[in-house]
Amino acid sequence: MDINTILFGVYPYLALLVCVVGCWARYDREQYSWKAGSSQILRTRGMRLASNAFHVGILFVLAGHLVGLLTPEFIYHHVISTPNKQLLAMVSGGLFGALCFVGLTMLIVRRFTDPRVRASSSFSDLLVLVLLYIQLILGLSTIYASSQHMDGSVMVMLANWAQSLVLLQPMEAAASIAPVSLVYKLHVFLGMTLFLIFPFTRLVHIISGLAAPVKYLLRNYQIVRRKRA
Amino acid sequence: MKIRSQVGMVLNLDKCIGCHTCSITCKNVWTSREGMEYAWFNNVETKPGIGYPKEWENQDKWNGGWVRNRDGSINPKIGGKFRVLANIFANPDLPEIDDYYEPFDFDYQHLHTAPLGKHQPTARPRSLISGKRMEKIEWGPNWEEILGTEFKKRSVDRNFDNIQKEIYGEFENTFMMYLPRLCEHCLNPTCAAACPSGAIYKREEDGIVLIDQEKCRGWRMCVSGCPYKKIYFNWKSGKSEKCIFCYPRIEAGQPTICSETCVGRIRYLGVLLYDADRIHEVASTESEQDLYKKQLEIFLDPHDPAVIAQARKDGVPDSVIEAAQQSPVYKLAVDWQLALPLHPEYRTLPMVWYVPPLSPIQSAVDAGHVGMNGIIPDVDSLRIPVKYLANLLTAGDEAPVLLALKRLLAMRAYKRAQIVEGFDDQQILEEVGLTTLQVEDMYRYLAIANYEDRYVIPTAHREEAMSEAFAERGGCGFSFGNGCSTGESDINLFGTKKTTRRDVIQTVQMWEE
Repeated sequence: MDINTILFGVYPYLALLVCVVGCWARYDREQYSWKAGSSQILRTRGMRLASNAFHVGILFVLAGHLVGLLTPEFIYHHVISTPNKQLLAMVSGGLFGALCFVGLTMLIVRRFTDPRVRASSSFSDLLVLVLLYIQLILGLSTIYASSQHMDGSVMVMLANWAQSLVLLQPMEAAASIAPVSLVYKLHVFLGMTLFLIFPFTRLVHIISGLAAPVKYLLRNYQIVRRKRA
Repeated sequence: MKIRSQVGMVLNLDKCIGCHTCSITCKNVWTSREGMEYAWFNNVETKPGIGYPKEWENQDKWNGGWVRNRDGSINPKIGGKFRVLANIFANPDLPEIDDYYEPFDFDYQHLHTAPLGKHQPTARPRSLISGKRMEKIEWGPNWEEILGTEFKKRSVDRNFDNIQKEIYGEFENTFMMYLPRLCEHCLNPTCAAACPSGAIYKREEDGIVLIDQEKCRGWRMCVSGCPYKKIYFNWKSGKSEKCIFCYPRIEAGQPTICSETCVGRIRYLGVLLYDADRIHEVASTESEQDLYKKQLEIFLDPHDPAVIAQARKDGVPDSVIEAAQQSPVYKLAVDWQLALPLHPEYRTLPMVWYVPPLSPIQSAVDAGHVGMNGIIPDVDSLRIPVKYLANLLTAGDEAPVLLALKRLLAMRAYKRAQIVEGFDDQQILEEVGLTTLQVEDMYRYLAIANYEDRYVIPTAHREEAMSEAFAERGGCGFSFGNGCSTGESDINLFGTKKTTRRDVIQTVQMWEE
């Protein structure tokens, strides 16, 4: 098995498996550690811009990846052509990526330079921010790479990779992604790595953040618990 | 009607000497941990002052409590559910640690290790958050103790609203009182309403409001929702924590640690029965000044046979009903109407009530500064402005405060006439609408204040909390770490079954009804 197959055919499954089982274990056994990890109380200054820009940006970008990578060609062709889809992805991803970049830069500066926030940060807090920053910069630099081939061919290769993975075809997946240039591969590899570390970091709060609104909007304002069984 | 019981508290401010024993014992038991150094589940403020955290009563600034909309509905002042969720990334209504104070400790070890020198070594302060040297401590949990700091800063106190406050800055006219504060364990808690995770709940048995530490995700909306700022974000654990009303003690029939250790014997704990179906209606009363009266209506007479029957039907144990009948809180708040809620205008229906302070009046009378109205001093010319107390306790309505103060004075006058002059002064009681029986009871509860009168707490029925005592008995032996935990979720990761649930041999009814 060549290195390409291991990295893009096997590693994604490993990362996703660790992510799912890890989250399950943490949710089941160690819920006290499951939290957003806010440090706003220690330093509020700049948080409204930084945190909102970061979160809105990254949530849009993530949703874009999900829809963009996993929608099969024959479905989106009813709405949009392949080159136009690439253009849409570049523009919207670029805008929200830039928004996220502004927020994340502020958050990184804050976390590394504010004495209070720095002192109360764990290694994993710092690691997550740095990895996200690298991933974001890689992602934004793919926009330049993509501008060199506006026909959407690379985008189709990446989408085929993702869809083959979902269809449990690792060899086809690895073959689809083989021709794309290094910057995409680095971005994909680091993306998989983020899934791998997901359960062991504060990233788990993404799940709660997506689940909480549903429960919150449906429940009463007051919750009463009784001891009696 | 749905009857629930609540363990409420009354604090007799007339007797509070501001010794902070309650705060210290509470801190020692519950919040002497990293991440919670700045948090005081119980603190004592000197009023007038902006308090802890700074200006907590200024809801234009912090947006705590509820607001009533034009259509008569209410929602948290920080916003409806959509606005709460929209602010989840950066909460605009969250106090910063400096609004409480930056927690600090001193380099005591330096006193031991300093080399021989010309000067006495000192222990300088150090931040407990960053670990860095603090050159100057700018604020603390009780910075305004006994009118510390200048009047101009203290007078930002919102209870001065509608008062010509300048004259109280003059030395001759100054006044002060102590205000011990803890979580109000509200009937209509905004913290619970604001929690996106639904981690904050009210216990049906005793009304104690708790945060499920497993379910809390640290979205920090409760901190903003609570108008009393009695929810604290633990910056180390990333979860919110609050006063737990010493529920392990309450369950055992013991008073909370703040009450137990109160040297002034100012605290009372007792059960109140209330109609849970009316919470929403009462909390959305149109006029803020009516909220106090409406809240009194929600409490039910524990001697009424209809109430007792309904309470039993709703599962309130007889021991709790009996405790409600003996409740000092019911007597002080409902029977005698001496105790008043703290800031009812927040619409949270708070359950820690206060008897307004009287002592400064009496001393002013003795000095001949206050006019007399018969034998009772003229309460309208008091040292502490009645309006100030009314802003604190009754949303600005002076009548209930005046009644409480007059009743306290009448009790003193009556007992003085009775004991010193041997004269049964019925006229004085008529003036304030009290009977001899009531005033004797007031004397017993307020002046004598025996332990067993102050704290009437039914023990919890733990036996009902367990699904099955038989299974619990053999559920778990000695183990390390998470050993006995069979997980939080129903679908267990490792496929083990709950050790405290018996599937094979179920307990069956052993005898016929």
